[in-house]
Amino acid sequence: MTRQQDFTRAVLDARLPVPEGLVDGSNQPAGRRFSVYRNNVAVSLTEALHKGFPVIARLLGQENMDGIAGLFLRAHPPRSPLMMHYGAEFPAFLRDLAQLSHLGYLPDVAQLELALRRSYHAADTSLIDPQMLDTRAPEALMASRFRFAPAVALLQSPWPIHSIWRYNSVDGAPKPDARAEDVLITRPDYDPVPHLLPPGGATWIAALMAGETLAQATETASRMQPDFDLSAPLALLIEGAALIDLSQ
Amino acid sequence: MSTTKKTLAIASAVAAALTAAATTQAAAQAKEKCYGVSEAGQNDCAAGPGTTCAGTSTVDYQGNAWTLVDAGTCTEIDVPDMADGSARSGSLEPLDRDLPA
Repeated sequence: MTRQQDFTRAVLDARLPVPEGLVDGSNQPAGRRFSVYRNNVAVSLTEALHKGFPVIARLLGQENMDGIAGLFLRAHPPRSPLMMHYGAEFPAFLRDLAQLSHLGYLPDVAQLELALRRSYHAADTSLIDPQMLDTRAPEALMASRFRFAPAVALLQSPWPIHSIWRYNSVDGAPKPDARAEDVLITRPDYDPVPHLLPPGGATWIAALMAGETLAQATETASRMQPDFDLSAPLALLIEGAALIDLSQ
Repeated sequence: MSTTKKTLAIASAVAAALTAAATTQAAAQAKEKCYGVSEAGQNDCAAGPGTTCAGTSTVDYQGNAWTLVDAGTCTEIDVPDMADGSARSGSLEPLDRDLPA
């Protein structure tokens, strides 16, 4: 094993001995300095997870979140120096944790928080003029395909993820009802916003994202939700600056 | 439903969406940065860890931390009086009060 691997393993596992050959500025063994460093790595990654998943941290409480962060950071140390993207594996990690299996909604709420963060950091794009939709002839409109801004994300969950997120993020938001919720994330100005989608809305947007025409996607959504009406989800896409191209 | 009927139904739903979006956008006022009204750690920013942005105000109503508010309402937002009893209000410029030590 290389010295670098030795060092990395010892940083993440306090049971392992201090790697050999570490010296301080006056050439003395630097064992205690290494322990300080080891502790700082764990503490700063724990803080990063608290910052990146504030709703999960609120749901779990400080102590539980610290404990779970400690497990996670040792299993998934950062692979990039860009800490704003840290924690991509956290939703799957929560899903696999037997101790949390009674809180089935946690992984999906974590996925929502991760998607909001990614949306924030997604590239800027110029959006279409909504009037393009108005001026196009009905037959041409039916055959149109949409392209979506990189800041747009779609989440489908059997849990009330939007209500849980709001209840823990917005003062005075109502308590969540037990129901399935689909969420559309858009970034109209500077910050991403999660919107609750009406039934069929997520199916319709997913079909459009997959490249179906407006007619095909509406057909797909109507099969799933017979009284599906595209006006509410389309209004969300227009208001949220989500559409960047309209093609045949 | 015939294809023509479907086309007309979708076209009218698209028109309804355009009207709804235009109404919402007209109602939504332009945002401006408003300094001095965020509570500690609550300033608007979804950037996450490793940035200098999210929740960086460490004291309540920090003068140089901002949150997005509707244009024109910034200076009307009520924030509690300072410890010495003097009144506090929001400002469109960074303030030098309440900075972290």
